[in-house]
Amino acid sequence: MPKGSVAITTERCKGCGFCVEFCPTHVLELSNAFNAKGYHPPHMLNAEKCSGCNLCGMYCPDFAIFGYKYPDQKAQKGEQGQ
Amino acid sequence: MKADQRCVMTGTHFINGDAACCEGALSAGARFAAGYPITPSTEIVERFAARAPQVGGLFIQMEDELASSIAIQGMVWGGQKSFTVTSGPGYSLMMEHIGLAAISETPCVFVDVQRGGPSTGLPTLPAQGDMMQARFGSHGDYVTIAICPNSPQECYDLTVKCFNLAEKFRVPVMFMMDECVGHMTEKVVIPPAEEIDLYPRRHASKPPGEFQLFEAGEELVPEMAHAGEGYKLYVTGLTHDKRGYPALNPAAQRELVGRLFEKIRRAQDELTMVEAEGLEDADVVVVSYGITSRVAQKAIQAARDKGLKVGKLRLICVWPFPEKLIRELAGKVKALVMPELNMGQVVLELERCAGGQCKVIGVPHPGGTVHKPVEILEAIERGAR
Amino acid sequence: MSTTELHVHNPVEDLLRQDRVPTIWCPGCGIGTTVNSFAHALLGQQINLQKTAIVSGIGCSGRVSGYMNLDSFHTTHGRAIPFATGLKLANPELTVIVYSGDGDLTSIGGNHLIHAARRNMDIMVVCVNNMIYAMTGGQAAATTPGASNSTTTPYGAFEPELNMAQLVDAAGACFVARWTAFHVMQLERTMAKALKKKGFRFIEILSPCPTYYQRKNNMGDALAAMVDYKKRSKIKNGCPTWETALEPGGEIVVGEFVDREREDYLTRMRRQLGSHYSEFPPQPEEQESEGCEKEC
Repeated sequence: MPKGSVAITTERCKGCGFCVEFCPTHVLELSNAFNAKGYHPPHMLNAEKCSGCNLCGMYCPDFAIFGYKYPDQKAQKGEQGQ
Repeated sequence: MKADQRCVMTGTHFINGDAACCEGALSAGARFAAGYPITPSTEIVERFAARAPQVGGLFIQMEDELASSIAIQGMVWGGQKSFTVTSGPGYSLMMEHIGLAAISETPCVFVDVQRGGPSTGLPTLPAQGDMMQARFGSHGDYVTIAICPNSPQECYDLTVKCFNLAEKFRVPVMFMMDECVGHMTEKVVIPPAEEIDLYPRRHASKPPGEFQLFEAGEELVPEMAHAGEGYKLYVTGLTHDKRGYPALNPAAQRELVGRLFEKIRRAQDELTMVEAEGLEDADVVVVSYGITSRVAQKAIQAARDKGLKVGKLRLICVWPFPEKLIRELAGKVKALVMPELNMGQVVLELERCAGGQCKVIGVPHPGGTVHKPVEILEAIERGAR
Repeated sequence: MSTTELHVHNPVEDLLRQDRVPTIWCPGCGIGTTVNSFAHALLGQQINLQKTAIVSGIGCSGRVSGYMNLDSFHTTHGRAIPFATGLKLANPELTVIVYSGDGDLTSIGGNHLIHAARRNMDIMVVCVNNMIYAMTGGQAAATTPGASNSTTTPYGAFEPELNMAQLVDAAGACFVARWTAFHVMQLERTMAKALKKKGFRFIEILSPCPTYYQRKNNMGDALAAMVDYKKRSKIKNGCPTWETALEPGGEIVVGEFVDREREDYLTRMRRQLGSHYSEFPPQPEEQESEGCEKEC
């Protein structure tokens, strides 16, 4: 059972890959799909590993991704290292 | 609304034009100013620096005129009335922010105590060489209002007027003094506050959410709100739409710049501010502004003593130029004579408006001193021939 | 969109003007990343957002003010600091933040930076340093590392880069820090700290410009720049600022360098003025007046 998940606004994504690179649990990868602007937005490759730490959201320059914790897991908020 | 008595130094004073300008600003409700020292304007801010804290305001001496001319705009958007003061070289540096004030419709006053130029020129001596700069100095298309006083009393009265016009039309207003008027000491009567009418800021009448920062009504002048009032303002020097958002396209440019021009153009009659005398049967009319009008007075008298029919037209508001008035006048007289302390600036506009209906005789002067009345008299005689 | 389905909400969104997003910034530009840290810092410190104004100059970073749902002022090139100075003086209740770029703040606006620090004006300045003039197409800046290529230095720059941390420290800033776009969490903490401090606060953030700086210098894409920041950065809190110069290819010293107490401009003014200063409450009728009856 994953602790959290990410919400992706694919149309805002410019495909920089920051979220993929800096996800501490390597949840994401850039998909093969295109958005309307022709970029490859990310999708969840290992959804079960997501902690909902929102480091992806902190890195995203385009406000296109956001990590959140599932409600019952809130108490587990830990230190997000870099 | 009326002036606040706490800021008004009611009474009869014997002060110079610079001091009178400072008192005018305070009477108008300007308690904040930014500036950089430059001769011959410095006395205005020196006095303001001493007076402002007494009324809860302040003067900040910025690092240069670029900073001063935008700091005052920060003060305005922060909810205050504000102005800056300079002379030629500093005025050149301020051009950038006259454009910003024009496009962002920031009501503020720029005082230029003109001295001889170009460049450092004649720091302590008079000229009227910044008149075209006051109209066209900043890049791009915009309009401003420019007012010229010819006495310390007017330095007081017209400074109040400048602030009122700035608030009414939401434009930067240029107060074009000169070294003579600034350093001339005369009687100045400051009325009681209840006799001083102030034009209040056009403050947003709608609540946040409904209010659009650059939506103009019939008068084409939008209302404004200040930072910290919950309006989430967006003010930019880019061409913008009604919300203030950048809109970088020809249609938005046409709408915005068109309105900036039109809001002044339609107020032409109100902004025709002149002192006229003896125009009815005049063959020659001397058109002048600022200190030169006082020399012209002497020449006019001398010409009348010689039996010539000479009228006097003093421009108090030079920009916008009283186009209609000049056009009508040019159809009735033999000549218009314009002495000015520059090599021929406002005379170009006079010539354009006269449209060939009469002779237009400029009396140029490079500045450093005022005209000799005889120079103007000779031009009057040429015009009457 | 998944955001609405799951009823989750990115708190950063509340601080953005929704009708202005997506931004004009290039793919991989780090400016947006710094905005996340800034937004989280604002929200975390419970700053009164109604009383918060953001002022920018011109350039890519100068566009930040226009994306923030605050009182936004997008001023002229280099002059954000004097505008912010006027705003703060006119209404000391405001929290005033200047958010702009390296070219804007240190080159054309360099003099204002020095003097605002000297006055200890109570404003927070965030300088996104992408080491180049990006908006105009990749020309050399005062911060372009020596020998770097740019469109105006095709043979490499002939002048060394400016260390802005040292500059503002010398001028008297009471808080000086540097991070990179990689250090999102540290940056948030530093911004939060700076927001609560009084006086002139300066935060420099190194940020990738893949379109110009990285590309012109064969440094790969934005991701490569971020990985490079991670590799070359060394956290040295309290490091003397003369030891924080950014050598091309060398160590990137990051951290909070200066944190000192100094009386800010307005506090000092009030203290020195003493009884010469008169409080000026508005007249009762000022609040009610509805316009000028006479022609003014």
